[in-house]
Amino acid sequence: MSDLRVPKLWREIPQHYRLEASKCLTCGRIYFPPKTVCNNCKSKNFEKTLLPRKGVIETFTIIRQAPSKYELYVPYAVAVVKLENGVKVLSQITDCEPDKLQIGMPVEAVIRRLYDDGENGVIHYGFKFRPVF
Amino acid sequence: MIMKPNHKVGIVGWGGYIPKYRLPVENISRIWGKDAERYKEGLMINEKAVAGPDEDTATIAIEAAQNALKRAQIDPKEIGAVFVGSESKPYAVKPTGTIVAEAIGATPNILAADLEFACKAGTEGLQCCMGLVSSGMIKYGLAIGADVAQGAPGDDLEFSAASGGAAFILSRDSENCVAAIEASYSYVTDTPDFWRRAERPFPQHGEAFTGKPAYFHHIESAARNLMAELDKKPSDFKYAVFHQPNGKFPIRVAKTLGFSTAQIAPGLLVPNIGNTYSAAVPLGLSAILDIASPGDEILVVSYGSGAGSDAFYIVVKDAIEEKRDLCLKIKDYLTRRQQIGYKCYIKWRRHIIGQPK
Ligand SMILES: [Zn+2]
Repeated sequence: MSDLRVPKLWREIPQHYRLEASKCLTCGRIYFPPKTVCNNCKSKNFEKTLLPRKGVIETFTIIRQAPSKYELYVPYAVAVVKLENGVKVLSQITDCEPDKLQIGMPVEAVIRRLYDDGENGVIHYGFKFRPVF
Repeated sequence: MIMKPNHKVGIVGWGGYIPKYRLPVENISRIWGKDAERYKEGLMINEKAVAGPDEDTATIAIEAAQNALKRAQIDPKEIGAVFVGSESKPYAVKPTGTIVAEAIGATPNILAADLEFACKAGTEGLQCCMGLVSSGMIKYGLAIGADVAQGAPGDDLEFSAASGGAAFILSRDSENCVAAIEASYSYVTDTPDFWRRAERPFPQHGEAFTGKPAYFHHIESAARNLMAELDKKPSDFKYAVFHQPNGKFPIRVAKTLGFSTAQIAPGLLVPNIGNTYSAAVPLGLSAILDIASPGDEILVVSYGSGAGSDAFYIVVKDAIEEKRDLCLKIKDYLTRRQQIGYKCYIKWRRHIIGQPK
């Protein structure tokens, strides 16, 4: 059986697995998820760049009612993480009980299962952040 | 027969990973009305490491490989082969090695293969990499042992089957190597001590059959033959690590072979994390490398049911001192722990092995 979500998953592997971002060669702005036209200077010249894997939690929210594919993780936190180079990413937090989370907490990226498309479907992997230890 | 590469090979980077969660023996025995003390004493296991709900063999292998890369300090594009040894792959058909290679940035010019031989698939990857780097076919090879092992509910295996992984990056011997792998020896027979049929979620084991003709015979044979070929005796080694399905077996096999408790203690992780299957010996070796000094000699002997053992003679080199602190150590992962209850464990495990929810 074919699954229309698989091609999208495949295209996004570099950003989900390796935090691959795009950097505008004209003005230097970094985009994650990657973009092809710069919001800032309208340039279309980009290079791939890997984001730093460490940062701090800038803000977070706790999810107690989740879509069925994330039910297993409830309650879990979704945070805005400010990376070492200033780029901000939205990410699930793992290996941490939500009530132990704090703004300013140092975190690092790890690759985890995001969800699977049912028992017959493909497994989606990608980055999450966990407290640094 | 002894396997000695024509060109010497070495380990340029190593790294392990142990999930945060621990299931204490008491939390299992209480459910089944069994005596916790009997299991703790009989197996010499206090608690086992359990993969979190978003972890599996692939994610565990990735973190171990990332740690090995931090120590190897090489461009991942120079890795020519990745072998993932496991008996708990996320997909029945789709190689775990592809996911690992992609995550560490080693694709697309790379050989990737998954290996399977119960608990010794991890050390087989080392042998494959030895051959490929020694022959010059590839520059660097990545060998990983990782598992999220499962025992049937209520079965004795449930007390020990655990999760973890460890990775090694091999190259031809150079100043960049933390240790040389001088030789290896494999010993294999058809011994049905443990198996799992296709599409069955849990393994079966041949009760009284798991010890003497299986674990002990294969480990002792591989270890003795390797030492005889190299003209080595147990006292030549600073450390030894033997497969550890429980705490008792490796201690007994060490004693039989003439190794002391002090020699095996640093690599004996099973009391605190359980049997991590394909990762058990690789994690033990990682813990030893975390503390070893240049010149230390190490004997490594894995065991896989079915059955076979791979033995290795490893000599630690100078570069270990400057690479040791480049990533998290096994003791860091042992310290980071959170106990969980049986209900939580069952909920997470169903997800991992795809049992009906
Ligand atoms: Zn721009």
